[in-house]
Amino acid sequence: MKYRLDFYLQTMKIAILASFQYRVGEYFYMIGMIAEPVIYLVVWSTVAQAQGGMVGGYTAGGFAAYYIVWTLVRNINIVFTPYGWEWRIQRGELSAMLLRPLHPIHYDLAYFAGMKVVVIILWLPIAIILTLLFHPTFNTTPFDVAVFAVAIWGAYLIRSMLLWLLGMITLWTTRVSALYELYFAIELLLSGRLVPLSLMPPWAQQLASFLPFQWTFGYPIEALIGQLSTQQLLLGLGIQVFWIVTGWLLVRLIWHFGIRHFSSVGN
Amino acid sequence: MFKLIWLFFRVGAMNEIQYRVNFVIQLFQSLIALGTVLIALALVFSHTTTLAGWSRPELLVVMGVYTLMGGLINLTIQPNMQQLLNDVQQGTLDYILTRPADAQLQVSVRQIHIWSATDILLGTGVLFVAFFQLQTSLGILQTITFVALLLFGGLLIYSFWLIMTTGAFWVIRMENILELFQGIYQAGRWPTTIYPNWLQVGLTFLVPVAFAVTVPAEALTGRLTIVTLLVALALTIIFLLFSRWFWKFGLRYYSGASA
Repeated sequence: MKYRLDFYLQTMKIAILASFQYRVGEYFYMIGMIAEPVIYLVVWSTVAQAQGGMVGGYTAGGFAAYYIVWTLVRNINIVFTPYGWEWRIQRGELSAMLLRPLHPIHYDLAYFAGMKVVVIILWLPIAIILTLLFHPTFNTTPFDVAVFAVAIWGAYLIRSMLLWLLGMITLWTTRVSALYELYFAIELLLSGRLVPLSLMPPWAQQLASFLPFQWTFGYPIEALIGQLSTQQLLLGLGIQVFWIVTGWLLVRLIWHFGIRHFSSVGN
Repeated sequence: MFKLIWLFFRVGAMNEIQYRVNFVIQLFQSLIALGTVLIALALVFSHTTTLAGWSRPELLVVMGVYTLMGGLINLTIQPNMQQLLNDVQQGTLDYILTRPADAQLQVSVRQIHIWSATDILLGTGVLFVAFFQLQTSLGILQTITFVALLLFGGLLIYSFWLIMTTGAFWVIRMENILELFQGIYQAGRWPTTIYPNWLQVGLTFLVPVAFAVTVPAEALTGRLTIVTLLVALALTIIFLLFSRWFWKFGLRYYSGASA
């Protein structure tokens, strides 16, 4: 156990150093990324104004708060892309990872977690500027902040599992781009990324509650901006644990079958 | 000059058409992108009846123009500028410079990603549906103005990309800045009039999204003013001239890859 912890810390250290080196590139990437939430923010604020100030439980200030926290959660949600699996296999990196005594997912989890440390630091100035530009209103309590601090890592773990599951399909076939595009489109709609889930039609909200997506995105955001009651906050954490465990079991299961099928075709 | 353009187009298209599966994949991706955008539009209109004075079919027009222009960008502008960036970084731009044809012309037309034509078709399809919903007829003058504005928009985006990519002569690693543009271009999905003023100015004169998408959409929905039309024309000419000058300026500083 101590050995695993040590592995995580070391990998995170490497990730932090590497990310910090490329901080300018990271910044351009992060700035390009805020175009998306700013667009949503402006559109929904306009709708809110047209409807007399509020829509779906959010005022213009509420939307600003939602989408500013969105930028952080979006960055926390970035994990190893399923498209990267084909690349990894072709370059023989997967085979190399299989030689290690630890399950390859630990490397991805540790490395991206390290990157998040740098991301959070780089994000703070962006958050300040966005706050000055868009005047968000927050209803946050200290408990909300505490739950958020835990929930973003829960979100990170769930999404890591989900995208690992998607990526493992590459162990059987490389014709995966259509499936991935479909997955990302569904996730966009049902996770709270496009709009806060309270704005979706009731049947969509019902559907979303059975799926893991909202626990990676909408739930942490709503927690931090003070939109959830204590009961909802704790329930959300519990559901996150459920999805982490489910995800983990599925990963182990599919990996077991996938790795036997994998014959390392490529150079 | 036109013979050269036609030649590049033919060779590029023939090269791509061999891979017919790519067409299916592109179509699927375009449909998902369009579907997502239409769902977003439906969501907005489940909560309101107009958005900053634009009705639902009018916003559909904006979406159509956005998709169409996006298809045009991915058909010619993006592949060429991407190739130019690679050439500058790898040093293979020298081969282009030694040829007797104008370098800017070559780097601008040699690549074509023919399957992005699906976006152009889808965008046009969306426009037809939008017009059916609008239930107004389109005059000849309006159509001509629209096509002209599309042309101006395309040339503006091209000039903008060229200016950005020419920056690679100095900065070399321009990929992130180009990705920044892709993100900002998404703002074109909605009419730029909804954005706060400071952002509108940026989206009009810095990154010409407004003139690429919103203004042609204005032409189709009868909101276009003569002033806007003339500004579009003037801005296009200015951008084209500046990009040409900047390109030549950059070439003088380009030191080439080999001794």
